[in-house]
Amino acid sequence: MNVVTNNKWIGQRTIRPDGVDKVTGRAAFAADTNMPGMIWGKVLRSPHPHARIKSIDTSKAEKLPGVKAVVTARDIVDFPIDKSVMLGIQDMRWMCRNVMAREKALFPGHPVAAVAATSEAIAAAACELIDVQYEVLPFVIEIDDAIKPDAPILHEFNKYDGKPSNIAGKLEVKKGDVAEGFKQAEVVIERTFTTRPVHQGYIEPHACLVSVAADGKTTIWSSSQGQFMVRAMTAYLTGLPQSDIRAIPAEIGGGFGGKTIVYLEPLATILSRKSGRPVKMVMTREEVMRATGPTSGSKCTVKIGARKDGTIVAAQGTFYLQAGALPGSPIRGAVGCSFSPYDIPHVLSVGFDVMSNRSKVAAYRAPGAPIGAFAVECVLDELAEALKMDPLDLRLKNAAKQGTKAAHGPVFPRIGYIETVEAAKNSDHYKTPLGKVSGKLRGRGVASGFWFNAGGESSAQVNITEDGNVVVTTGHPDIGGSRAAIANICAELLGIDYRRVSVLIGDTATIGFSNLTGGSRVLFASAIVVTQSTEKIITTLRERAAKIWEIDPEAVKWENGAAHPASPNAGEFPPLTLADLAAKAPAMGGPIGAGVQLNTEGAEGGFGTHVCDVEVDVDLGIVRVTRYTAVQDVGRAIHPSYVEGQIQGGVAQGIGWALNEEYIYNKQGKVDNPGFLDYRMPVCSDLPMLDCIMVEVPNPKHPQGVKGVGEVPLVPVMAAIANAVYDALGKRFYALPMSPPKVVERLEAPTQQAAE
Amino acid sequence: MTELRYLAPNTLDEAVGAFAAAGSAARILAGGTDLLVQMRSGALKPGVIVDIKKIPEMTAIEQGADGGFRVGAAASGMALAEHRSFGKVWPGVLEAINLIGSKQVQGRASAGGNLCNGSPAGDSVPALVAAGAIVTVQGPNGRREIKVEDVPTAPGRTSLKPGEIMVSFTLPPRAAGSSDAYLRMIPRTEMDIAVVGVGVNLTLKDGVVTAARVGLGAVAPTVLLVQDAARALIGSKLDDAALAKAAAACSAACRPIDDKRGTIAYRTKVAGVLLRRTAAIAAQRAAQNK
Repeated sequence: MNVVTNNKWIGQRTIRPDGVDKVTGRAAFAADTNMPGMIWGKVLRSPHPHARIKSIDTSKAEKLPGVKAVVTARDIVDFPIDKSVMLGIQDMRWMCRNVMAREKALFPGHPVAAVAATSEAIAAAACELIDVQYEVLPFVIEIDDAIKPDAPILHEFNKYDGKPSNIAGKLEVKKGDVAEGFKQAEVVIERTFTTRPVHQGYIEPHACLVSVAADGKTTIWSSSQGQFMVRAMTAYLTGLPQSDIRAIPAEIGGGFGGKTIVYLEPLATILSRKSGRPVKMVMTREEVMRATGPTSGSKCTVKIGARKDGTIVAAQGTFYLQAGALPGSPIRGAVGCSFSPYDIPHVLSVGFDVMSNRSKVAAYRAPGAPIGAFAVECVLDELAEALKMDPLDLRLKNAAKQGTKAAHGPVFPRIGYIETVEAAKNSDHYKTPLGKVSGKLRGRGVASGFWFNAGGESSAQVNITEDGNVVVTTGHPDIGGSRAAIANICAELLGIDYRRVSVLIGDTATIGFSNLTGGSRVLFASAIVVTQSTEKIITTLRERAAKIWEIDPEAVKWENGAAHPASPNAGEFPPLTLADLAAKAPAMGGPIGAGVQLNTEGAEGGFGTHVCDVEVDVDLGIVRVTRYTAVQDVGRAIHPSYVEGQIQGGVAQGIGWALNEEYIYNKQGKVDNPGFLDYRMPVCSDLPMLDCIMVEVPNPKHPQGVKGVGEVPLVPVMAAIANAVYDALGKRFYALPMSPPKVVERLEAPTQQAAE
Repeated sequence: MTELRYLAPNTLDEAVGAFAAAGSAARILAGGTDLLVQMRSGALKPGVIVDIKKIPEMTAIEQGADGGFRVGAAASGMALAEHRSFGKVWPGVLEAINLIGSKQVQGRASAGGNLCNGSPAGDSVPALVAAGAIVTVQGPNGRREIKVEDVPTAPGRTSLKPGEIMVSFTLPPRAAGSSDAYLRMIPRTEMDIAVVGVGVNLTLKDGVVTAARVGLGAVAPTVLLVQDAARALIGSKLDDAALAKAAAACSAACRPIDDKRGTIAYRTKVAGVLLRRTAAIAAQRAAQNK
């Protein structure tokens, strides 16, 4: 493998290619595309958390002037319950029921019908004219209620232990024998934790414009984390062949995992097909909060045992995660990631996928891992206290390293976890005493985290323009800086200025299949195919120069953006630049370009260790993060500003999750805070500067050493904050969020033994 | 589809005439930072909008010879912030008004709109109550004056009669040794809605409180004037005992609800905590106002 070593552009903070468009407002997001003759689609949503749909009468809506089409579940392709059809991690049986309620409405906000009309107002008025007869059923929201023996059952067909149940699945990973392991333990800590559902909080609501031509050829403009996912899911749910659908990715206003599934595109496609008009649909913020995937609420019990010298001998975790109304909570992340930073001989990690009457979860930044890490890393903090050890030393003593077998299977290659803990320990932050401030209490906490990362399918096409510049097309929507990083890599390989490389995201008709943007996979995967494409081009350029000079291609080297004779023996020729060779291309065999398509392998997991200081106003119960340092093994930072941006973004989301964010349900089972006023994400002034320390342990299986960096930074945050709050107050919080009323309640509660 | 008429009269008489004639379908547009949001969310569908920003008196800020202020009901928070003396005389009222929304919102939002919106959590209202502000309203039957604390009657409701438009606030002249302050509790640092808000207006002579008013927001269906808290402070040197008594009076005045923004227990406690903190700031400012 050709490891890049000269590093003119890799590792540079080059100007981001999407920057000007985003700053000036020129960037076209999903709702920015319009067409002549376009009409508007609106969704009628269930007011009930759980109800059988007895009948739907759309006749009055269809008669309303201006209404052009109406869609119900009858128009969506049904995937019968008895046969699973998977697309990535999504099962089309559940997707078809999520985009439109079929037998039952399963959460407030569940689509029941959709209308397209000449204006949004008419479409909304038509929705009100649709007569849906519901048989209202008892509902269940919380995990404890959903797993009770007499709980209302969402899906009678779903059996667990032979009986109808809301438990949709169980996942277990095992290493050694935990019962034996705990026998060797001298200190054992076991605690139970809960977290609330939280939303990804992307600024841009889901939106699409779909135009179906008379011959069925369909064009979709939408904001997603995968135009090929949009194409495939829309094809499945509408019955169109994928070749008839062209999905064009818009610039994306945030996804964080939440845009890895579709909600509107299949509905707009059918509305467009029925009406013969382009159909635009844009969710309101309230629709986003009620009906799109947040991540799971959870209940986790973690037990860890150690010897007095700090050696962890056994660990056990039980993770119950809310799936929402249909199966599919991220138990894999909780079960697989939570203990992975540690070399523990005996591990048992079990996850349960629990359904309840709230919107179906969607991926959220390291799905499941932050939930599990919150429990594990808080227990480790208590363990360190019980052992009278520095919490970072406890982690160092038990750190996973090259050769450690993780409970979920892999044996780690060279990894950088230990380096992250050491860097945290040696950081200016960790060495600086907390100090005191009048009227407030201060505390410091630490935590670590792991995420799998991913590879998968990726396609690239690199073309040399007639004037000797470069256009790179890849197939993954850029939500974390992939275009900027690819420009750096391609410029590095070709030896030219990065500004001569334009990187574009192709649509489904112009670039080969590329898996969606998720799992921190994009730069890992696309760097491989871009590198291989560029290497093919360099081979072509050398061959062309060799032909011109009438020497052997092996005697030509490519350096600093030009072909040179490899040595004086090859002869003396003035260099042929990229522009020279592009100009000569027509006579020398034609256009210069290369494409590579691969199912990429070799993604390695990422580790992070965080240090957090908090200040607590005890009278008001307000916790403020005053200093934060996130250390992460980033493999190789191709574009350091973007890597830091990913780390800071993840930490900011974790601070929100820890302190204020939560779905609040009213007695009717409806979300009571479906907007950014009462669903409290942090604002800028809530956050201190979020310091990043990038540890670079290159991935040996990647041409540039890339590891995914986008998801790890969310994993440790809630535990780091909870541990800091304990350090400040001397009281542990076993439930998130640690919002002001809850902090005051806890501080005023009589002293008692915390969670058993 | 229902039609929406937009009117922007140049005089109050025209505005009152149009507003009264349109009846319950009409809404007043000042900054629009509540009205437009309610319309967009579908909560409100007015038939007529009367924009009162083109009426000079509605946005005027005038200081009289006695030092008292008359502030147009539609004067924006930013206009008040930029006024040469308002913030020096009424720092508490100004800081409260400047907490309505973001910087961008401040360019539009007004104290009059905040009061007419009728929210118990409106930030400017407890400070205006503490200040002893009087509002002038004009309706089909002419003008009348109302104390600020008598304007809200229930969440979203006011004592304004049909056709009446809020015209201005009158703030009394300032005695030496007096000042005010406003604090609110929000879970975040900005862009949020008060869980509890406290306005305190004090006059001190030789370190002894000679006059006090306390306004309390977001803990009852309407913003409250807490006279028991004021009585506890008057005659004291703001010693611990007096502050404790005033804090207890604020907590006792609370009639809050448990909701997504805070619990009954939390709001009740925080009302007392904020009274102490707000009184301390007001006293410090009063000491500097010689």
